[in-house]
Amino acid sequence: MKDWSRHLPPMAVLGPLLALLAASAFFAIQADNFLSGQNFSLILQQVMVVGLLAIGQTLIILTAGIDLSCGMVMALGSIVMTKVATELGLHPLLAMVLGIGATTAFGLVNGLLVTRIKLPPFIVTLGTMNIAFAITQIYSGAQTVTDLPEAMTLLGDPIMIAGTPVAGGVLLMLGLYAMVWFALSNTAPGRHLYAVGNNREAARLTGISTERVLLTVYALAGMFYGIAALLSVARTGVGDPQAGQTENLDSITAVVLGGTSLFGGRGIIVGTLIGALIVGVFRNGLTLMGVSSVYQILITGILVILAVATDQLSHKRA
Amino acid sequence: MHNAASPSPRSIVLQAKGLVKRYGQVTALDGVDFELRAGEILAVIGDNGAGKSSLIKALSGALVPDEGEILMNGQPIHMKSPIDARRHGIETVYQDLAVAPAMTIAENLFLGRELFKPGALNQLFKVIDKKRMLAEAIERMNDLKVGIRSMTQAVETLSGGQRQCVAVARAAAFARHVVIMDEPTAALGVKEGNMVLELIRRVRDKGLPVILISHNMPHVFEIADRIHVQRLGRRAAILNPKAVSMSDTVAVMTGAMTADQLPREALC
Repeated sequence: MKDWSRHLPPMAVLGPLLALLAASAFFAIQADNFLSGQNFSLILQQVMVVGLLAIGQTLIILTAGIDLSCGMVMALGSIVMTKVATELGLHPLLAMVLGIGATTAFGLVNGLLVTRIKLPPFIVTLGTMNIAFAITQIYSGAQTVTDLPEAMTLLGDPIMIAGTPVAGGVLLMLGLYAMVWFALSNTAPGRHLYAVGNNREAARLTGISTERVLLTVYALAGMFYGIAALLSVARTGVGDPQAGQTENLDSITAVVLGGTSLFGGRGIIVGTLIGALIVGVFRNGLTLMGVSSVYQILITGILVILAVATDQLSHKRA
Repeated sequence: MHNAASPSPRSIVLQAKGLVKRYGQVTALDGVDFELRAGEILAVIGDNGAGKSSLIKALSGALVPDEGEILMNGQPIHMKSPIDARRHGIETVYQDLAVAPAMTIAENLFLGRELFKPGALNQLFKVIDKKRMLAEAIERMNDLKVGIRSMTQAVETLSGGQRQCVAVARAAAFARHVVIMDEPTAALGVKEGNMVLELIRRVRDKGLPVILISHNMPHVFEIADRIHVQRLGRRAAILNPKAVSMSDTVAVMTGAMTADQLPREALC
């Protein structure tokens, strides 16, 4: 098994990678200032929030579920952490922990509804999406939370790497991707997650507690939404009750573009990172070309359908 | 891998006494007895509704009987789930291929029983030892002479028969006392069916007794050492496939004939 093909990225990642390169090449030709370190670090910064949401989304989609609530849960998290820091005057670190705790609890609620009452994830998260949105609006009075302590926006500050400013949050995101990649491919719980998504009954019969796997996945996803909230606050400098609305569906787009199957059990987390970058490159490139945002939405919509169609067709063949 | 030191050839490994299971008005098991002996393939046959699958579910932990007891090597055991059965050394191969198709053969063999890398940190985070799992998968499959080229290919790339062989090999590798096979050849063609039958024989020859549930009479007569005939929630007879005809067996199974009407050598 020492042939050269082992050194290539796996097929599942190759497709999305080629799409990313093709999109980048297209925008490099079409938009003058696309190819610059400055612009790349901007893309990464724009991608970090979606990128983190998409980690949680990938875990859930790998179990053959879906989460429509992620962006709204993130908005709730960002309001919780900014409100308790500014109004209650809690220590910023404690505030962040509380915000992440709130989103984790929300994820756990999704998980409980899916495992205990056995509701379909689509319906559960459609409901909790609205609930999270409403709670966010009520709690914040639909007002943006400003005057944050400096510690809460530190992750948005750039760190110079090879002469290019990179936001701390981007490094955090890349680190988390690496950790999740390792956990999914090299630990027993990671492999169990794939097994549960691939054939739940088979997983149960081998002694895997499928309920516990699902609960953990939904709670962990909630935790990642909380970290996304942290990055969103750091990037914008405010607690925004309207946050997460485009990122909500963009996270699903990123996962699907990254080659993870909506049928569950198949996919690589690195693909999701590439998928998030594709979304970011498209949004950035189209903006640089002066394409209005309505057309950007149109194009990302078409992208999702193309990606899902590919998944569907390859699933039929298998 | 670690089969029990082979007990005396005729000793009873798994036994059930007077199992009863009722579903509302319906009595699925009506005081059924059952014995599996060391080193044998025992076929369980019966018409639909005879209580065949209830019996097997009781023996594999998927069903808790209302009355009666189950004994392993003479000791009563209580099973509330298939996981309990596994703890007692009973492995079951399910009809609907309990494998994860997108995962590799080696991963499927060790699913739920992964081997971890040495070291406290690796044990804590349950870091799997892919190399050791692969090596052991190859060893176990070679042991049973299952000819599959690469253990790192996804199960979905295999034929139905090969997939079933993976499931059988997994059960054989981890069972300490008993392997139960529920219709292992039902979905297979002739050649693939024979491949699986051959594998079942090798499992028995390695010292593990096998309970085989099958509708396929030629298969039952080809490999069973004894046949448990289930009828109306009870055991109608235990037949010797070498001394009874297929048509008489079917007659007992359907109630057209009773065990008393058969010649003495047909019973065992």
